[in-house]
Amino acid sequence: MKKNKDVIIETAIFMCGMLSIIFVISIFIFLFKEAISFFWDYNFIKFLIGKNWYPNSNKPLFGILPTIIGSFLVTFGACVVAVPIAVMSALYISEIAPKGVRNILKSLVELMAAIPSVVIGFIGIRTVVPFVKFFFNIPTGLTAFTGSIMLACMIMPTIITISEDAIHSVPWEYKEGAFALGATKWQTVRRIVLKEARPGIIAAVMLGIGRLVGETMAVMMITGNSANIPDSIFDPVRTMTATIASEMGEVVRDSAHYKALFAIGLVLFVITFIVNFIADLFLRKK
Amino acid sequence: MRYLKFFLLLIFVFFCLYMQTRHDNHKCISVQIKGSDTMLNLIQALVEKNSKLKANVSITGGGSGAGLASLINATCDIAMSSRSIEKREKILAEKKNIKIAEFKIGLDGLAVLVNKNNPVDKLTLNQLKDIFMARITNWKEVGGEDRKIVILSRESNSGTHIFFKERVLRDNNKNAIEEFSVKSLMMPSSQTIYDEVFRNPNALGYVGIGFINSGVKALSIAVDIDSEYIYPTLENILNGTYSILRPLYLYTNTKQKDIIKTFINFVLSDHGQKIILETDFVPLKCKVKNKVK
Repeated sequence: MKKNKDVIIETAIFMCGMLSIIFVISIFIFLFKEAISFFWDYNFIKFLIGKNWYPNSNKPLFGILPTIIGSFLVTFGACVVAVPIAVMSALYISEIAPKGVRNILKSLVELMAAIPSVVIGFIGIRTVVPFVKFFFNIPTGLTAFTGSIMLACMIMPTIITISEDAIHSVPWEYKEGAFALGATKWQTVRRIVLKEARPGIIAAVMLGIGRLVGETMAVMMITGNSANIPDSIFDPVRTMTATIASEMGEVVRDSAHYKALFAIGLVLFVITFIVNFIADLFLRKK
Repeated sequence: MRYLKFFLLLIFVFFCLYMQTRHDNHKCISVQIKGSDTMLNLIQALVEKNSKLKANVSITGGGSGAGLASLINATCDIAMSSRSIEKREKILAEKKNIKIAEFKIGLDGLAVLVNKNNPVDKLTLNQLKDIFMARITNWKEVGGEDRKIVILSRESNSGTHIFFKERVLRDNNKNAIEEFSVKSLMMPSSQTIYDEVFRNPNALGYVGIGFINSGVKALSIAVDIDSEYIYPTLENILNGTYSILRPLYLYTNTKQKDIIKTFINFVLSDHGQKIILETDFVPLKCKVKNKVK
């Protein structure tokens, strides 16, 4: 009787473990199936480097270069803003802050991770958008830069939590050794702690980037949605995710436009897959 | 004992499910209406005022394209559309063996909005075309201040987007290939266009005339440089002098439920047309027209 129970539970757990693999593979197959028929009638190179996205024209054009650049620009900007702040804040939490402060900070950071992206977008549209327009004196506040700032707020908690874990797991003996040799606190942190925790920090950043590339709601609300190749970070842009989200609801099934949106989804999937793969490499290196 | 509890629970669940289905059958049929965001409030009002419509009605937006697409995919009963059905959509419907019936229920004017502090208050259709195609990029070229123009447009599947493109950019020429400039910002709804125009003195965008209020300024439009500039009021749309005017349609499957037929008859009746007028759209029937004046 007991043995039977064991077997049943074991199989159940095994099935659950397999489920995620099945999900990933079937999602990929579905995306690939829907997207591949698009490339029978539309050149893949023309799709990737085309500068115009006019899906409903008499002669439709499906060029996603502006949206790739848009996604890249917003992601890059958000990283530049978020990574230094997040890493320093992780350092403060795990190395410098007294225990009481540390506990409060940690739970606040985790709370910050729970803010839904639509709320971030809403706050951005009411506060950061008018501020950016006024401060930089540009025609509109709906720009890639605004998106970067709001998205930076969104990924900071992820980066802080994971890098804090990495920093915290640096063995105490290493630090003791450094102090014994007469190193100051800053020297120890810079030369020993950061160096030892580097793979973990890079993995944290990579996971953050993965989340950035896939983020939809906030960028749709605050980056302006203009499928134009931007001259600078202060121009409106449109991201790949926003293109899919804003057009998918309105498209006729099995039309070229519908398949083109799946093709964008495939490109996105490949990009996030590569980013996560790199993050995994760094985590494993440790 | 444990099994007994479980058994009772099971019976209870089945009982609930049974009641649920019985309840549904007894009460009503469900009607799905989907399509143009512009017509959302209008159809909502029409459904609410129609006391004979004893059905579970759900109305969702998403754009005219979305409505027609789901009519073709048979996921809705009525599609609201602010443009007439396109050839490629008709072909798709034929492929799926769906015959579509068209009902014109009213008219809508599109207003071009600018910020209240913008000194420009009139434009010709040609100037509008040049602005939306980014051939004119500064307000001073059309008599305003030295500011860059921020073009606001709806997304490419919105009926409003398609109508404005055909009427203003292509001048109703079916073979033309003009498109909105890639520099235009594609806003997800008419409300977001209104919000951005309200806040930003550089912006200009187009919305249905229902959106005009004291917070923003609607432009007077002239067909060409020699003709009169006409402000988009209800009267000017009724007498046809305002130039950016479009029809509103309901599309259904010809094999429809009776309840949908009665609903459409209600919309086309005097009472229905009066509701259309009350929600800032323009009715079709002359009788109601006289009542306005």
